[in-house]
Parts: sequence; C-alpha cells; structure tokens
Amino acid sequence: MNLAVRDVRHNLGRFVLTCLGIGMLLMIVMGMGGIYRGIIEDATLLVDRVDADVWVVQRDTRGPFAELSRVPPSLLHRVAAVPGVVSAREFVFHTIQRERGGKPLRIAVVGLSWPEDRGDWLPLIEGRPLAQNHYELIADRSLGLRLDDTIQLGRETYRVVGITTGMLASGGDGVAFTTVRDAQAIQLELSGEAIRLEREARRTRAGRSEFPLVQPALGERATAPSASIPALPTRTLTAVLASAEPGRTEEVLETISGWSDVTGYTTSGQRELLLMGNVAKVRAQIGLFRALLTAIATIIMALILYTLTLDKLHDIALLKLIGAPNRVILALILQQALLIGAVGFVIALALGSWLFPRFPRRVILTEPDLAQLAAIVAAISVFASLLGIWKALRVSPNEAVG
Amino acid sequence: MTAGPPHPALETRDLTKVYGEGNTRVVAMQDVTVRVERGEVVALLGPSGSGKSTFLTAVGLINPPTSGSVWIGGELVQDGPRALTDLRAFRRRKMGFVFQKSNLIPFLKARENVQIALELSSLSSREARRRALQLLDDLGVGDRSEHYPTELSGGQQQRVAVARAIANEPALILADEPTAALDSNRGRQVMELFREIAHERGSAAIVVTHDHRALDVFDRIYEMEDGVIDAGKPNPSSPDAGDRE
Repeated sequence: MNLAVRDVRHNLGRFVLTCLGIGMLLMIVMGMGGIYRGIIEDATLLVDRVDADVWVVQRDTRGPFAELSRVPPSLLHRVAAVPGVVSAREFVFHTIQRERGGKPLRIAVVGLSWPEDRGDWLPLIEGRPLAQNHYELIADRSLGLRLDDTIQLGRETYRVVGITTGMLASGGDGVAFTTVRDAQAIQLELSGEAIRLEREARRTRAGRSEFPLVQPALGERATAPSASIPALPTRTLTAVLASAEPGRTEEVLETISGWSDVTGYTTSGQRELLLMGNVAKVRAQIGLFRALLTAIATIIMALILYTLTLDKLHDIALLKLIGAPNRVILALILQQALLIGAVGFVIALALGSWLFPRFPRRVILTEPDLAQLAAIVAAISVFASLLGIWKALRVSPNEAVG
Repeated sequence: MTAGPPHPALETRDLTKVYGEGNTRVVAMQDVTVRVERGEVVALLGPSGSGKSTFLTAVGLINPPTSGSVWIGGELVQDGPRALTDLRAFRRRKMGFVFQKSNLIPFLKARENVQIALELSSLSSREARRRALQLLDDLGVGDRSEHYPTELSGGQQQRVAVARAIANEPALILADEPTAALDSNRGRQVMELFREIAHERGSAAIVVTHDHRALDVFDRIYEMEDGVIDAGKPNPSSPDAGDRE
C-alpha cells in the first residue's frame, strides 16, 4: 500500500496548493535559466546567422557588437584581395531609439551589403528579401512592425518588405535589416536644421581664421554643403566580413593581422568576445541568481515537507507502534517529496510555457536545460525531505499512546 | 519424553520503571511480576497515576523498563532497558494495540487501516485486502470499510482499531481504556469482543480499564496502586469461572 498516495488523496486540496506554490517557485528558477539561455542566444544570434568566416574591425577594438568599430569603405577591396578570401561584404550595425505610437521603439539596424547580400539568408515569415538599394527594410516581428508598414528614420521613409522571427541583437532589441547605404544614412543623416547650424559654425570658424584671407577659395568651400567638401571623410562601415576558402581562414587572419589599422576575428572569436565581454556579467548575475533561487526553493521545500511531516508525527508514531519498519516511513516522506517535486515541475513547465513568450525578452527553455532542472528538482526533493525524515525517525512509538 | 506445559502468553519478572533521578526520582512501577496465560483476558484496574499505562507500554515494548524482564510466548524479549530482539518486528508479529482513542491513521480508510497491518506482515496486497474486509465484516463494520475514520462513529472506530489489533493474530493484545470514549453498551460489546477473540484465537488480552460495569467478562483481575501490582485474582463473575475451577 502506498501511504504517500493515500495521504495525498486524503489531503488533496493541501497537496494541490503546495504543488502550486512549489510549481510557481520552480517556474521562476526555470525562467531564470530560460533568460540566461535567451541572453546567450540573443548575444550570438547575429554572429551565427550572418555566416562570415572573418570579421575585420577597427584596430584594437572588440567590434562590432562588443564595442564601437569604424573602418573605411575602401577596406572592403583590401580584404577582398587577400589570398584565400572568396568574398567580402560591408557590414553596418548600430542601435537607434525612436518613438512610435507614443512608445519608445529600439531598433538594432544591420546594413546588408547590397547587391551581394539582399537578406536571402534571413528567416522570413512574411514578405520578401530586399529588392532595391534604398527605402526598404526587413524587420523582426518583435519590433511590432507589420508588412507594408512605413517608418520614418532620419530624413527618409522606409517600407517594411519582410518580417523575420527571432532576429535579436545582444541587448534583446529586434533587428531591422536595410542596405548598408540606408543603415549609414539612418545613423549619420542629420536634419536640415542641424546641417544649417553646422554650416554656420563652419563659417564662423573660417571667419576667425586667417586662411580665408590668404586663400578666399577655402572660405567659400567652408560655407558650401558638406557633400561638396572633398576633405570631409566618407561614411564609415562597422566591419567588413569575409568568407574564406575552406581551411584558409587562419591564413586570411594572419594576413590581416599584419595590417596596422584593423583587427580580424573568426566567428568563434566574435562569439567569445560577446560571451566573455558584453554578456559575461549578465550571465554571471543570472547564473548566481538562479543558484540562489534553487537554494531558496530547496529551503522552502524542506520547510513544507518538514511541516507536512510534523502534521503526521502521531501517525508515524502509530505506524512504528504497529511495527512499520523505517523504510515504510522513509518511503512515505520521500515519495511525497518526489511527488510534490514532480507535480511542481509539471506546473512550472505548463505555467512557464504559457507565460514566458509574453516576456519582453526571450526566455528559451531547451530540453537539456529542462532535463537538468528535472534532475535538480529530484535532488532538492530528496535533500528537502531529509529534515522531515530525520524528525520522523526520532519519533517514539510511545507518542502514539499518549 | 513428555512435552512441558505451554509457555504463558506474557510473563514479567520484577518489572520496575523509574523516571528522573535524585530529587526528581519517581518510581512509576515497582517489581511487577505478572503471568498471563494464552486465551486469558485480564483486567488491570487502578487509579490514575498508579502505573497501569507504564506497565502496558513496558510489556508493549515501547517504553523499556529500568529493570526486570519481559517474556512473551516463552521468549525473553526485554531484559531491563536492553532489547533482546528487533522490538518493532516483534510487535508487528506478536502484538496488537487498542487505545482509548481509536488511533486510526486518518488518511487511510477503515479497510486500509486494517490492511496496512497485514501488509506490514508481508501479506500480498490482494490477500491483505481480502482478510481486512473479512475482519471488518466479522466485527460488524464491513459496510463502513471504505469510509475514513472521521466518517465513523466512536464505536465503529474502536471496532476498526480492534480489527487492526487482531489482524495478525497476535499472541498478546494490549488495550488501554478502550471503552472510555464509548457508551456503556458499546463499551461492553468491545470488552466481549476481546474475550471472544482471546478465547477463539488463543491470544491473551490485557485491558486497562476504569469501567467496572463490564468486569464480568474478564478471567482475572489485577489491581495496581502506586506502581505496585497485586497478585491478581480470578474473576468469580466470569462466564468461564466454573470451567477454570
């Protein structure tokens, strides 16, 4: 006869409430694990999806995701010329925040190297890849934009031509893909007033200098539109991505390492930079918080099981009196603990599966993580029951008589 | 070679129990020597605090004596505070307990309360269930077998407790004021039940009681006072008094 099941059957309401409480606690533990996994996935998603062998960024920076990187557009041709490189692409990445519908909208803008890269590799759930060099945008579903929506960015209006899913930057912001030119325009394009003010400032500076007196043409140039000033730098890229011939990635990297203005990383190097840099502290924080929650869950379970055992002390004494061996009493407490743990886990999974997709950041429940948590729950169920078992074993059958 | 006389169901020799020491020393039971034969039903009378329950728990192997010995079915099981066998297993095989309150396990139904005692003695679940139902039928509570203790009257609970106590056909039944919570009719029924069981199954029963109205069912009556027990006397009003003489 299974005494644990009989006890649960008789006190079903109490058992259900206990399991619900434990389940919600485990859901939080599960959620922390899911957030941890989500941060890692988000952090490395772009690096993995972009599918480049070598990332060439500004010298001594950890760009383009871990820190700002600026490289000249001409770098594209230098990289393309390196022996072993099959193709090279421009890459622009930056984050903007605009307002839409009265709410802040954060967008991670990724520039695709038109016309080689139109976004065919993106996981489109609606629409199409980019079909023209300007004013088109592929947006992730998480941004809340819909197909054919238009959005004003900088001085231009962009039309949403495709919707992706699961394309997030390391900060959890949804990614919008445009061509490199548009991405640069969104990042650097100034408003008319800003341009006018900047031109006026230039004119004032020129007026204070003696150069326009010596060279009047220089003064005229200074007051002309920016585009007509050849000395101004061209728009920069964030990185140049290269695809190497099979087995020649290291060779390409070695060549690039000899250049004094840029640094090259492999895709795994980029992943490492992100995980060890950008998200390392967040990972550690969430990992520690998860460990703390697991410990708290264990303590709470132990207290619940201890209280349940205290409620049954007289019955346990009675069982001892009628000759029940210790294993019967151990089984009663342990099986009940495992039952509470198992039902709590199922409740956590069901609640979490319903609730987590509604969270603002991704909470990813993977099978290995769930299996690991199930093992942890089993372990804490056993551990938590030790206090109750200890108490039960100390009960004298004499207490049934009193 | 002739077989010797059968061993008594219970024999105690100079059983003494002392609580505390020094100024707080209390002698709860002193030099109690008792012999209860198989099939015999004895009553243990005495005022509150006379040591009856101490005696019962000592021979029930749940409260070891300070000195003296307990023999059950001819086997020395307790020598002073030292247990000479696995007491819990011994209780399971050889003893049945009934208390003032029925002491049923609240989360088990009436049938399960009896069945658990049988299953603990290694009976299969199926056979234990069958025998539990049979016992409850025999005791007149078969129709309440699937009810929880809280759904039973005091008398019904006590009958279930008796069924559990006798389930494993124990050599010794120990009852501590089993009729205290019952009206006189039901109290008498329970006492008669002990008598029937002891006589039919060859068990011995020791019943601590204050209920003088049902004393006629006992074969022998002991009295305790201040921890000391008398020699016990045969009950002249017992239905079997003539047979014994």
